[in-house]
Amino acid sequence: MEILKFITAGSVDDGKSTLIGRLLYDSDAILADQLEALHRSNRKNDDGSIDLAILTDGLKAEREQGITIDVAYKYFQTDKRKFIIADAPGHIQYTRNMVTGASNSNLAIILIDARKGVVEQTIRHSFLVSLLGLPQVVVCINKMDMVGYSEDTFNQIVTDYQVLAGKVNLANVTFIPVSALKGDNIVHSSDNMDWYGGKSLLDHLETVDITVDDTAAHARMPVQWVVRPQTEELHDYRGYAGRVVSGSFKVNDKVTVLPSGFSSTVTKIELLDKEFNEATAGMSVTVHLQDNIDISRGDILVSSNGKPEVSQLIEADLCWMDTRALDTSHTYFIQHNSKLTRCRIQEVLHKFNINTLEKVYDEEFKLNDIGRIIIKTADPLAFDLYQDNKANGGAIIIDSRTNVTVGALMFRAAVE
Amino acid sequence: MSKHQLDYLDELEAEAIHILREVAGQFERPALLFSGGKDSITLVRLAEKAFRPGKFPFPLVHIDTGHNFPETIQYRDEMVARLGEKLIIGHVQDSIDQGKVVEQKGKNASRNALQTVTLLDTIAHYEFDACIGGARRDEEKARAKERIFSVRDEFGQWDPKRQRPELWNIYNGKIHKGENVRVFPISNWTELDVWNYIRRENIALPSIYFAHQRDVITRNGQLMAAADFLNMDEEDVIERRTVRFRTVGDMTCTAAVASEAFEIDDIIDEISTSKISERGARMDDKVSEAAMEDRKKGGYF
Repeated sequence: MEILKFITAGSVDDGKSTLIGRLLYDSDAILADQLEALHRSNRKNDDGSIDLAILTDGLKAEREQGITIDVAYKYFQTDKRKFIIADAPGHIQYTRNMVTGASNSNLAIILIDARKGVVEQTIRHSFLVSLLGLPQVVVCINKMDMVGYSEDTFNQIVTDYQVLAGKVNLANVTFIPVSALKGDNIVHSSDNMDWYGGKSLLDHLETVDITVDDTAAHARMPVQWVVRPQTEELHDYRGYAGRVVSGSFKVNDKVTVLPSGFSSTVTKIELLDKEFNEATAGMSVTVHLQDNIDISRGDILVSSNGKPEVSQLIEADLCWMDTRALDTSHTYFIQHNSKLTRCRIQEVLHKFNINTLEKVYDEEFKLNDIGRIIIKTADPLAFDLYQDNKANGGAIIIDSRTNVTVGALMFRAAVE
Repeated sequence: MSKHQLDYLDELEAEAIHILREVAGQFERPALLFSGGKDSITLVRLAEKAFRPGKFPFPLVHIDTGHNFPETIQYRDEMVARLGEKLIIGHVQDSIDQGKVVEQKGKNASRNALQTVTLLDTIAHYEFDACIGGARRDEEKARAKERIFSVRDEFGQWDPKRQRPELWNIYNGKIHKGENVRVFPISNWTELDVWNYIRRENIALPSIYFAHQRDVITRNGQLMAAADFLNMDEEDVIERRTVRFRTVGDMTCTAAVASEAFEIDDIIDEISTSKISERGARMDDKVSEAAMEDRKKGGYF
């Protein structure tokens, strides 16, 4: 069985909480003690049915202050798949939350209110999903019960959305007409929309293709730790511990260590009492090489047949996540997989108005701003372009004064 | 182009190992909090995978309330001997003797809340900068919002409003002196995932997880093990029942469930069809709706 991680994008008014609640409730993912609390609640829908949005209710700190605190994770499973929902609520910090949730997801659900169609918020959500490179998008056109389950309304929104998808470069978009409140096409196929021949949302989530690229040319393993027991018996043991983030390594493969550039051959791949002929994307392993070269945390093992870029000057998209604006004169830390070094944002090329998709020429980079920048790093980074290989194409910026994560970077090009 | 997707247990395992190795790489004085429960036993197994044949780059730390199930302590000591790793024990009794905490009075008295003080003192004494714990996000809604690398201030407090964004598989472990990070490598596992992993890896557990005969009393609708530290009175009727423990904490706050699950397969069947959540058997969560959130803000893991 596989795990599908998805994010839901939409505001409270779009029925996002109700949709998640419905998905959990109708797939029997809610246990008796939680259900009891649900029935006990005073909050009910207008028709007296239980308000499923309660299932995504937040913390006391949130209720007291009327705020929402970033991403909550929810878990459920069916006979076919396991699911992790990154529920990213929030109005003020929406961009930051959604970027965080989307970075770890295979799929995004974008909610559209059938009465309103494609609105500014839809543009923003779609832009962010595209920026973070999510391979799959489901557009749920919700509140179909409020528009008389109209096929024409659905078709019009699909047409409008396809124009938007073209602009922001989203492929693999699936459209599903739903009513989260009434349960139409969430888990069970709806009797109210015979004109819709597609799958229910859950059915789609259970079957959508989420396999990852295992191309050997993209083999990348950032070294996290060197295993050196230094006992008498294991005097010469030297294993490089890390997670294969993309591609695959086989025993006898030629590999290069970056940024040093030394090459060697894989002699053994192991983990505790198991040995493997091949380590594929996602596996955590310990790798042995033929030659005794100086490798430490922060280095990366890559396939000698397909090397990443190595540069200290990189063009990247930046999402700013801190209340203190970007300071181009300040030296920050950058963390790219296991590599930590210092950096400076050398130049802001432009920002995006994420509601209109226009470029904006404004140097000031504030909370939730997104734009294209050039970054200079103290040590060279061995990276891939985010659009080619997400797993080795993203990094975070850490403020050296506060130690807080203040920015997310998606590498777009090495600057010559 | 070949395509491929890991099975869910392999994926969860690989993610947890990656997190453990990040702790090793990023911190100077990490520790693994070991409670003797199945989640921390799973962490130990994952640490073996992450670091063997080398030594663990951290000691195991047990905060001992003194009210443990004897089976748990026996398991702990045998496990440590087998692993050849260092164990540090922080005793809640010491915190009581030093007057730092006051033992609760009354029928439902428990040392569960007191252990936070002992934990914080132990962290301060050994200057731990990272503490690895077995908490999972599916347990409770405060945990559902906590980061995998969760920064605590020098008072151990969790501030949900000041959490760092956590993107991709990149974990920011940078902290100021005095702060520490709680790290939760099995955040994304569910209770059932843990059990399926224990079965797959053939990991031994303390016997109290399996159905056995035990003297219990019924309190607030929950079956509690009859133990000397439970302040019992004439209203408490001791019965011999076939029970098991679904979560293992302090004897005063962990309820048993009536169960005929003698083998791990039975337990997995039982949980798969269970309609009560795991923390439904934890008295410490019944105090209020925000009980866990409040304890976390006070330094609890």
